[in-house]
Amino acid sequence: MKRHLISAGDLSRDDALLILDTAEELARVSERSIKKLPTLRGRTVVNLFFEDSTRTRISFEAAAKRLSADVINFSAKGSSVSKGESLKDTALTLEAMGADAVVIRHAASGAPHRLATWVRGSVVNAGDGTHEHPTQALLDAFSMRRRLGRLEGLKVAIVGDVLHSRVARSNVLLLGTLGAEVTLVAPPTLLPVAVETWPCQVSYDLDAVLPKSDVVMMLRVQLERMNAAYFPSAREYSRRYGLDRARFGRLHDDAIVMHPGPMNRGMEISAEVADSPRSTITEQVANGVTVRMAVLYLLLGGSEPAIGTSAADPAVQTVPGGEL
Amino acid sequence: MSDARNQARAVLEGPDIHRALTRIAHEILERTKGAESVVLLGIPTRGATLARRLAERIAQFEGVKVPVGAIDITMYRDDLRLRPARPLGRTELPAEGVDGRTVVLVDDVLFSGRTVRAALDALNDVGRPRAVQLATLVDRGHRELPIRADYVGKNLPTAKAEKVKVYLQETDGRDAVLLIKEDAR
Amino acid sequence: MSTTILITGARILGGGPRDILVRDGVVAEVGDLAGTAAGQTVEAGGLIALPGLVDLHTHLREPGREDAETVETGTQAAARGGYTAVHAMANTSPVADTAGVVEQVWRLGQEYGHCDVQPVGAVTSGLEGRQLAELGAMADSAARVRVFSDDGRCVSDAVLMRRALEYVKAFDGVVAQHAQEPRLTEGAQLNEGEVSARLGLTGWPAVAEEAIIARDCLLAAHVGSRLHVCHVSTAGSVEIIRWAKSKGWDVTAEVTPHHLLLTDSCAERSPLGPYNPIYKVNPPLRTAEDVRALREALADGTIDCVATDHAPHPVEDKETEWAAAAMGMIGLETALSVVQEAMVDTGLLDWAGVADRMSARPATIGRLPGHGRPIEPGAPANITLYDPSVRLPVDPSSMASRSRNTPYEGMALPGRVVATFLRGRPTVLEGKLV
Repeated sequence: MKRHLISAGDLSRDDALLILDTAEELARVSERSIKKLPTLRGRTVVNLFFEDSTRTRISFEAAAKRLSADVINFSAKGSSVSKGESLKDTALTLEAMGADAVVIRHAASGAPHRLATWVRGSVVNAGDGTHEHPTQALLDAFSMRRRLGRLEGLKVAIVGDVLHSRVARSNVLLLGTLGAEVTLVAPPTLLPVAVETWPCQVSYDLDAVLPKSDVVMMLRVQLERMNAAYFPSAREYSRRYGLDRARFGRLHDDAIVMHPGPMNRGMEISAEVADSPRSTITEQVANGVTVRMAVLYLLLGGSEPAIGTSAADPAVQTVPGGEL
Repeated sequence: MSDARNQARAVLEGPDIHRALTRIAHEILERTKGAESVVLLGIPTRGATLARRLAERIAQFEGVKVPVGAIDITMYRDDLRLRPARPLGRTELPAEGVDGRTVVLVDDVLFSGRTVRAALDALNDVGRPRAVQLATLVDRGHRELPIRADYVGKNLPTAKAEKVKVYLQETDGRDAVLLIKEDAR
Repeated sequence: MSTTILITGARILGGGPRDILVRDGVVAEVGDLAGTAAGQTVEAGGLIALPGLVDLHTHLREPGREDAETVETGTQAAARGGYTAVHAMANTSPVADTAGVVEQVWRLGQEYGHCDVQPVGAVTSGLEGRQLAELGAMADSAARVRVFSDDGRCVSDAVLMRRALEYVKAFDGVVAQHAQEPRLTEGAQLNEGEVSARLGLTGWPAVAEEAIIARDCLLAAHVGSRLHVCHVSTAGSVEIIRWAKSKGWDVTAEVTPHHLLLTDSCAERSPLGPYNPIYKVNPPLRTAEDVRALREALADGTIDCVATDHAPHPVEDKETEWAAAAMGMIGLETALSVVQEAMVDTGLLDWAGVADRMSARPATIGRLPGHGRPIEPGAPANITLYDPSVRLPVDPSSMASRSRNTPYEGMALPGRVVATFLRGRPTVLEGKLV
């Protein structure tokens, strides 16, 4: 059976906890001098990156190598992809190379789903367009649980460009599954239509949300959004939605600050907040490797994966005649 | 057990297990000259429980506090691809570490020897013991690798198709070793 | 010597069994004609007889994209779907914006003879939205163009739209608007709503369609012109058109079969997996609420007709990630079945209603006097025989279209076109091309 990790929404509570618990055990391995495990010897993991993301690629590469998998890095730049080869042709090439797993980063939402219909191996979504980034959400949840000891009932504020954020989508789904209470905070222009149907709260007012939050996750805001009139200026955005020292002071004493990186210091987060001991930003990076090891192990470490979904078989969604 | 087609026979009851562990504890003390520089490492889940029991007995008999821990071998198994990916057990190394020490690996059942092979590999990645010994509650034979136990609670002749199941108070609510014959279907 | 065909036992518009005698391309007699001698007899017991269907909105792709469709394959598909006339959209390469191109397309249709091809002329040169194409020259050409459209693109410039509406009055033309406000739909991928938000696909808001329709209705009223609205897809658009019609304004509208049956949730959940671009289309699939409103509007006549927006694409333009895929789906060969499923089997429309919405009204809007006429003596014998009693899974590989991008693959749909007659000549018999 074909299994993948494409959406955080595909993970049941048990799946998600199994990944976090497995990562917890693997974190101990990362602490010892020999960090390598023989588990995925003979397995091939392809990192298929159509978008530049050095940190995510390196994280997956380290995870696969620590499990002794063979790693093939396939980046779109300088490859046949930039000469117009389609995603499907690339997929068939990888298939011919015998990839057991393909880690894909792509600018188009849904590219991993499409890839999964063309390859036999497991597909791991390393970020697709403005859709999802499930391993980021897993490492965020892992970091929260390590710092705060629990996820159930935790109050998490996710602040910034939710509309274009795959990190926000995956976090809302995963944290909801794990029992945390998420509040999205953004100017109305940066929230998706129908966000009220998501399993979370929504607010336009960061100052009202901060004092009640156990975790504040700041999202990167891209300056080009300003030109598309999502907000008037960087200064105004920063004033209304940036996490500066004054706002940081309004958090309760145990609250932590997270950021998926890369940061715009001075824009959505001030340098002193980013560097404070209550910021998890650097440990998020280390936890990323551990969590991705757990995901690769659970997908590839047996005769069949222990997590994820199989290809579903629903009917075409038509409006049945009887409904009228 | 729940399967009516299976016949389960208790080959060791609680007191038998108690006696076996007591004997192994004595043998370890004897063979290692008072358990000096010994580290007990159990293979999760039940091997780790047995290691703790052995450490308690050694402490009882000689007042020696033997470092005890657990070493998970899941990631080192050679049969990973034969079964779905499984959850990991816990690895807990004592603060003293294993370098230069006599490590006694503890497992509940010794069968093919493959688990012990994996444990030796895992041990290799966490340090360099002076010597490695093996203790097992039950040796049921059918070795597939050149491995033998230094301390055995009970040698139990079995057919290859039979199953040996160890229950311990801490994880299963009772102490027993069952021999399960599966009916031919 | 005259050619005669006797069609026996057909249920005209779903009524009782009648025989139809066709002589020299014209319906000669209708009634109980047992014993009448004829050159050819077609058994039509149990079959519905409809006037040959007329499509106001077909992309034949020739010239320019013959890898996707040609006039020959596209008209074969049309005949298989029960059509006797199709309006060929102007967004070819070169664009059908001159008398030369429209005459070429029209002639190809005449040569192949599977169904009449009525070219649609571009509103603006090169579909560029800057300057009017030579509308009069196209109207005066052999192709007799009456419908003008930049379909695929919206005539978004209000002044240009006003001028086009005014100008075509001189030859009883109509501007068929592709209503899509361009700024509101930059990079748009899927109906803006719950599904697009979850899938992270750039939203395509209903208001981008509705705002243009409202503006165009007001413009048409202001200059006293005819306006036709292509592929209406939202409940809001229906409300605006209903309002415009209530004012007595000369506004007509079409809906596609796929907007009567499918919703945006197809992009999220289908047997073909999520994000399958087979469901990517312009305008996008909308919500179940919109589908309900469109069905009601087609039933009560607010929407005048069904038009396929048959849009063939080669496989490589659909086997991609969603954002990279071409927009559109083929529809000629499934249109009648989808209308039966969505409108007839639901009790919203009877077969007379189907004939009106798929033949008579589109022929009137397109000014095709030889089509859409009732099956009665003296009318050109454009007739479709349809068996509504079967239900078959849709098999793309059996289609006549050169492309395979049907969203109904594997779905069981009702009905089957058994025969099509173009001016008395069978183009399809026993479900097969003649």
